[in-house]
Amino acid sequence: MSATGRVVRSGVGRRRVQTIVIGLATMIAVTASVLGGSLVVASSGPFDRAFAQQHGAHLTAQFDAAKTTPARLSASTKAAGVTGAAGPFPTVSAAPRDAADRELAPMTVVGRTTPDGGVDDVPLSQGRWVTGPGQIVLSADYPAGPSPLGVMLRFTGLPESPTLTVVGVARSVSRTADAWVSPSDVARLTAPGAAGGYQMLYRFAEAGTAAQLARNRATVTAVAGTEALTGSQSWLIVKEANDRNTALFLPFLVAFGVLGVVMSVLIVGNVIASAVGAGTRRIGILKAVGFTPAQVVRAYVAQALIPAAFGIAAGVVAGNLLAIPVLADADQLYGTTTAGMAWWVDAVVVAVAIALVALTAWAAAWRAGRLRTVDALAVGRTPRPGRGRWTARLSARLPLPRPLTLGLAHPFTRPTRATAMLAAIVFGATTVTFAVGVAASLNQVQVAKDHAAADVVVDTFTPSRGPGPAPDAPRPLTAEQTAAITAAIKAQPGTARLYSVATTEVAVAGTAGAARLYAFNGDASWGGYEMVAGRWFTRPGEAAVPGTFLTATGTRIGDTVTLTDHGKAVAVRIVGEVFHPTNNLLVFTDAATFAATKPTLVAASFHIGLTDGTDVTGYVTGLNSVLASSGFTAQPGQSGDSSDTIVLLNALAALLTLMLVVVAGMGVLNMVVLDTRERVRDLGIHKALGMTPRQTITMVIASVIVTGLTGGAIGASAGVALHRVVVPAMGHNAGVTLPVSVTDVYQPANLAILGLGGLLIAILGALLPAGWAARTRTAVALRTE
Amino acid sequence: MAMPVIELRDVSRRYDGGPPALCDTSLSISPGEAVAILGPSGSGKSTLLNLIAGLDRPSSGTVTVAGVRVDKLTEAGSARYRRDKIGMVFQFFNLLDDLTVIDNVVLPAQLSGMARDAAHRRAAELLGALGVARHAAAYPGRLSGGERQRVAVARALINRPTLLLADEPTGALDTASGDDVKRLLNDLHADGQTIVLVTHDLALAESCATRVVRLVDGQVVADGRTVTAGRAR
Repeated sequence: MSATGRVVRSGVGRRRVQTIVIGLATMIAVTASVLGGSLVVASSGPFDRAFAQQHGAHLTAQFDAAKTTPARLSASTKAAGVTGAAGPFPTVSAAPRDAADRELAPMTVVGRTTPDGGVDDVPLSQGRWVTGPGQIVLSADYPAGPSPLGVMLRFTGLPESPTLTVVGVARSVSRTADAWVSPSDVARLTAPGAAGGYQMLYRFAEAGTAAQLARNRATVTAVAGTEALTGSQSWLIVKEANDRNTALFLPFLVAFGVLGVVMSVLIVGNVIASAVGAGTRRIGILKAVGFTPAQVVRAYVAQALIPAAFGIAAGVVAGNLLAIPVLADADQLYGTTTAGMAWWVDAVVVAVAIALVALTAWAAAWRAGRLRTVDALAVGRTPRPGRGRWTARLSARLPLPRPLTLGLAHPFTRPTRATAMLAAIVFGATTVTFAVGVAASLNQVQVAKDHAAADVVVDTFTPSRGPGPAPDAPRPLTAEQTAAITAAIKAQPGTARLYSVATTEVAVAGTAGAARLYAFNGDASWGGYEMVAGRWFTRPGEAAVPGTFLTATGTRIGDTVTLTDHGKAVAVRIVGEVFHPTNNLLVFTDAATFAATKPTLVAASFHIGLTDGTDVTGYVTGLNSVLASSGFTAQPGQSGDSSDTIVLLNALAALLTLMLVVVAGMGVLNMVVLDTRERVRDLGIHKALGMTPRQTITMVIASVIVTGLTGGAIGASAGVALHRVVVPAMGHNAGVTLPVSVTDVYQPANLAILGLGGLLIAILGALLPAGWAARTRTAVALRTE
Repeated sequence: MAMPVIELRDVSRRYDGGPPALCDTSLSISPGEAVAILGPSGSGKSTLLNLIAGLDRPSSGTVTVAGVRVDKLTEAGSARYRRDKIGMVFQFFNLLDDLTVIDNVVLPAQLSGMARDAAHRRAAELLGALGVARHAAAYPGRLSGGERQRVAVARALINRPTLLLADEPTGALDTASGDDVKRLLNDLHADGQTIVLVTHDLALAESCATRVVRLVDGQVVADGRTVTAGRAR
């Protein structure tokens, strides 16, 4: 073996702590980078990517089976401009009941024998595709949520009450169905006398605009039967809805991904530079015995690359393993099934990591190699005299135990190293603060979006989905029924407040299309309607509207708009902008505003606030017994419930934060290891003078307290600043202005605790070397050069 | 006869399966004695000192110092034992460069929990007695070797130890400074301080020790009143 080879081998083998730290730091940094990079890639146009991979349908069309034939539908696939088509698939809308006999949301069921077919491939996320009658594959987007595999869904109200077993869960990027069954089962799910339906899926040569799609729809329906078309869905609508839904989360995940990558670069750079820098004296010895500067550089680059290579390999494996659940969560958030690992992310991370390690080691070794041999030899294991003496003097006078004050003065003797440690802690604390803030903001978004402050809700309709028939109208209530339900609620013990909401469509003067009007009976200001600006309406003639309404109508708070209902104009003054992410025009006003034009406006839902201490379940049971005769049921409200999305995001935030905190902790660990190793002789002296292991641990831990507190304070401030940039960007991406409750989530007490996060990272990073210092045998430490 | 302050019985110490650094050594030292341990490099002198100081543990045998079974102590117990019973003086002083002279001296007292004022009074008294009071606020790097060793002795004495252990205390000093240290050790012994001194320096042993123990290959080969007597055995 050559002399350089021997030096490399001994450097790697004998300096085990350093070798392990380089390997571990590289591993965790690469893991975080693979995870972060994958998230960034997955967050880059998730819908478009999934749509391309799954050959999504540009147009989903539903036809009345009684008015067309499969032959005509097949012929439509040859129409001009059609580049791909699938179908005709038999389809039906049906409402199943689950194993507990609860009625689930109505579902659009499509009969397909295979999950692929050239258009709208439907990848399975669980289980398998249907292989025959009696089986059903649920959409991951089915509003009732995917049932566990093996669960039986019963379709009552049909002959023989067909029962289907859930055998798989899949996701259509085009949202073409809530469930898929064997074609023969569609007939079993079709009510006697009801006309069946067919679904056709088309791809077109030109489908980038609504106008192109309208032309293409006209072309295909001309062949298939214009009169037979019962509904259609453009991919642009699905894309817009998907993008709007994911827009809120994209900047959040991208920010985490970028933070992971940046922090990894920082930590790996730090670890390698410090490790090589700590070998300056050894480099002096090597030069003294005849090594050339080039040999020294080669030896130290190899010495860094060997453990780093193991770390990189382990990091890629760990990153990929961790990315599987994380990307599955991202899929869930983005409504896709394709956010798998991109192999080139691994390749890029590996290449960058190797280059970073080699370059950093080369730069540090080159610098040390260029030192005059005598100077390199003189680089002591103890800090340059004079540094930090004033802090040592000052701390010695503090009325604190001596091991504590000895440690507190340490960072000032190694200002460069302390700065590197500070940077790691700042990044860690920034991440924690940012993650906590974003999680709080997302929870607030969910609360504000749902307007779900009511403890109990009585709904009078169930919305339907998909390209089928128009949404169900509210079950018409008579004035007597409304009065009876209101009276029953008011009479129920525990009722503190109540409002009801009716909805209808109105025209907005100067704007094409209709606006959905939400007319309130009773004070709804407590109902969870967060105001972005202005105030909630307080009297008839006033209205609150979402930002999209203001943008679409070119109005501002204080303006008056004219709403027209069946030819009768009603002027309402806009008094506030309410937070409600939507594309549609919505108006929230007092029902009395339309008393003259819409005397029969019927309530669609009743929202009840309970007195403090009232048991919600008991209240619901009591109210339902009263409402039983009316056919309506009360349900607990969703206040305080976390949606799946929020749970997912919180879990993602927790995982990513943990990863980045570990990376930051590794940075601290490395610095403290180097410091402890270099001060091992001092440690020996302290121990020889009677310092106990506990006092030694105290001293080492105390050496990171000042840096931890400073880093925590800076990191918490930076985290808040990052939050202030990213969260409004999330809102902007989603086309909404976020209310103060969403953007202003940091309380002073929380901030103080988050600031202490830096201290926690520092202490966690210092624990291992502190334990090592405490265990070091005094006689050995004293002998160390 | 007074109870021995140090009692080693059949003490052996082996490192990593190699030949014993110390082999079945028994030694008894009475209070007030000044004992020099002499021997060539690798003879086991430092191992013996480390075992007495509780810096190391014997592979077999017992070490009792001032009634304390040192070989049975935990790490924390050893530290407390060193604080309370032992003062150590090293060849290369082992002063902490980033602490002032007075802060170096008070350190063992502060680790023992002595009040700051009391520790500083005691340190000032010792520095005065050892003739380095004027350097109290200086850093060790500015002192001569002899002055540093005086500071190290002050630090070793701050907790009024039962036993002063000195490992080649003149090894890094010029002749004049070495003579200073010899006088200092003699004075301490005259005041009744029990001293165990490890050295190559026959002159130091001759001038400071009332008893000389000679070690060769981990075994006591001579034990007498003087260097000459030690050789004769």
